Amino acid sequence: MSDEVRSHRRVVGKTLLATVVMFGFGYAMVPLYDVICDITGLNGKTGRVSAAAIETLSEPTDAAPREVTVEFVASVNSGGAWAFRPSVASMTVTPGELYQTSYFAENLSSTMVVGQATPSVTPFTAARYFNKTECFCFTRQVFEPNASQDMPVTFIIDPDLPVNIDRVTLSYTFFKSPDQQT
Amino acid sequence: MTTDSSHDGVVHHAPGEHHDHDHDHHGPAYGLMRWITTTNHKDIGSLYLWFSLIMFFIGGAMALVIRAELFQPGIQIVDPMFFNSMTTMHALVMIFGVVMPAFVGLANWMIPMMIGAPDMALPRLNNWSFWIMPFAFAILLSTLFMDSGGPAGGWTLYPPLSLQMGDSFAFVIFAIHFMGISSVMGSINIVATIFNMRAPGVTFMKMPMFVWTWLITAYLLIATIPVLAGAVTMLLTDRYFGTSFFSAAGGGDPVMFQHIFWFFGHPEVYILILPAFGIISSIIPTFARKPLFGYDSMVYATASIAFLSFIVWAHHMFTTGMPLAGSLFFMMSTMLISVPTGVKVFNWVATMWRGAMTFETPMLFAIGFVIMFTIGGLSGLMLAITPADIQYHDTYFVVAHFHYVLVPGAIYSIMAATYYWIPKWTGNMYDETLGKWHFWISTVFVNVLFFPMHFVGLAGMNRRIPDYSLQFADWNMVASIGAFGFGFSQLLFVWIVIKCVRGGKQATDEVWEGARGLEWTVPSPAPYHTFETAPDITKYAVR
Repeated sequence: MSDEVRSHRRVVGKTLLATVVMFGFGYAMVPLYDVICDITGLNGKTGRVSAAAIETLSEPTDAAPREVTVEFVASVNSGGAWAFRPSVASMTVTPGELYQTSYFAENLSSTMVVGQATPSVTPFTAARYFNKTECFCFTRQVFEPNASQDMPVTFIIDPDLPVNIDRVTLSYTFFKSPDQQT
Repeated sequence: MTTDSSHDGVVHHAPGEHHDHDHDHHGPAYGLMRWITTTNHKDIGSLYLWFSLIMFFIGGAMALVIRAELFQPGIQIVDPMFFNSMTTMHALVMIFGVVMPAFVGLANWMIPMMIGAPDMALPRLNNWSFWIMPFAFAILLSTLFMDSGGPAGGWTLYPPLSLQMGDSFAFVIFAIHFMGISSVMGSINIVATIFNMRAPGVTFMKMPMFVWTWLITAYLLIATIPVLAGAVTMLLTDRYFGTSFFSAAGGGDPVMFQHIFWFFGHPEVYILILPAFGIISSIIPTFARKPLFGYDSMVYATASIAFLSFIVWAHHMFTTGMPLAGSLFFMMSTMLISVPTGVKVFNWVATMWRGAMTFETPMLFAIGFVIMFTIGGLSGLMLAITPADIQYHDTYFVVAHFHYVLVPGAIYSIMAATYYWIPKWTGNMYDETLGKWHFWISTVFVNVLFFPMHFVGLAGMNRRIPDYSLQFADWNMVASIGAFGFGFSQLLFVWIVIKCVRGGKQATDEVWEGARGLEWTVPSPAPYHTFETAPDITKYAVR
């Protein structure tokens, strides 16, 4: 009988351990997902490079200069009292060169709010070649009541961008930050 | 029969005298407390089965609300929000409250008897696994009466929509946690029973297919239910504790929920069908009077389906956008599942080939299962094709697909199992004429109900929406007629079960002429305790 109890305990112990491990695995999928998104550009998560690191991008080839159209899109998440739009709708750029544009945002409410923008690039395969050296999305933006501001974005497209892509859309969604402490 | 105690040493009373247990310490206790405190695998199996039957009618009533609203275009009967909570609750009740408990109930009743064990390995845990369920469902169903209404964002609980529902959200999450705990405890018990309690000589490759499929299902449950628990816990903390797992505003990603959810969700659909495969693999050989064709390949096919179920989840998400390599991988791996599934279907057909077949009710349901499950499997293969899926996604074609595998699939297998084993449970034969009527009425109506959904789905009718364009009106009316026909014909099933419990022609121990397996060597009705001493399996066929 005690043999049987021992073997029951062994099975229960192992299966309980498996249960706990799989619960942990559910949470482990969170960082794992970020890593996979970084590698594949899934969900349009864009790269961020320091100004110094631009040197490491491959040089534009000597072949005919290539032009890529970058379109800018802005949207506001539900519940946010903001005006939010790009200052230009699109730009024609050459991969490997640094460009700057800006987005305009205005707080339409009469209270102070903290906003946060999240970027997304489509097509997803272009996301990893789209690098921003400076972006208002890197930090939270604090708005006084009814204040407005122009917010700069500096970006560079990696010349390794696949040749079949001639149009890239950069989209920002503006949220009221979950953390309203300034 | 009066007594047949040659192999388990317990004296059995003749039918009609089974309350006469005054001096029998091993008999059931009396009254309500018997059911609350029971640790007997047969009692707990019955509790699970009755629970499942009650939930079947609750979930079915919700389906009829849906079909009544969809009888005609426009909003006639219910408020759209309530309609959405009906689709959500119908799914949660049918999956977690009907199919899973019914299979656990059958496992409780049959696995110990099939492997020659006196009871489940962990009887007290078994009692807990069951008694958590009524509380879990009381919590879940109570949300319908709360101010904010029940969950209405679909059973998949995708954020951000699910995070926007009212405060009943927390109740739904806790109900899911309770159901999960119950399932995991039940699975641990089944694994321990199969590993440690087999009678001497019952090797793994001698176990009946039902035991095999349940062993593999139990592993699937242990591996995936905790992932679901993790996903819903993340939803809970996102909603109430300021985390941002799925909120883009805080750096999270709602699509990630879909990955975590379907990592659970796809193995879950095999949890809902593998035990059905086991049941059908028991019934067809009995009525074809031939051993199961290709037993070994059945075992390996089940194991490969279980393995493949972990690497196909993103086929539920083709429309979220993914790299080409990802689409191809998930398309190919999904199609690969049809290989072991095809092995099973061909083995069932080969078992029937040139068998001396008779068509009692369990066999009718089993053959109905094979044919209609295959229809559902083929539409699943269509859905696996990424470019086609982008058209089919979230249409009634998907609804038709999974209802074909779940209703004339999983539910038919449970009905087949009930007809097949109820003479062993009650000692009485069910009414064969009524059983056949039940099969034919159900089969006509289930096809009237679900087949037209293929057409309206291909034509573009969205699921989970209470209204639709006029061109879908005719087929929706047909489907609704089928729904009411199918729903009400299940009352016949209840009547047949109750009639059989109360009396009927005395069943023999073997019950079915071609039956093989240890469960048929014990008397009918199965005594409260069976195999207190292990059976001598050299005398009986285990499968």
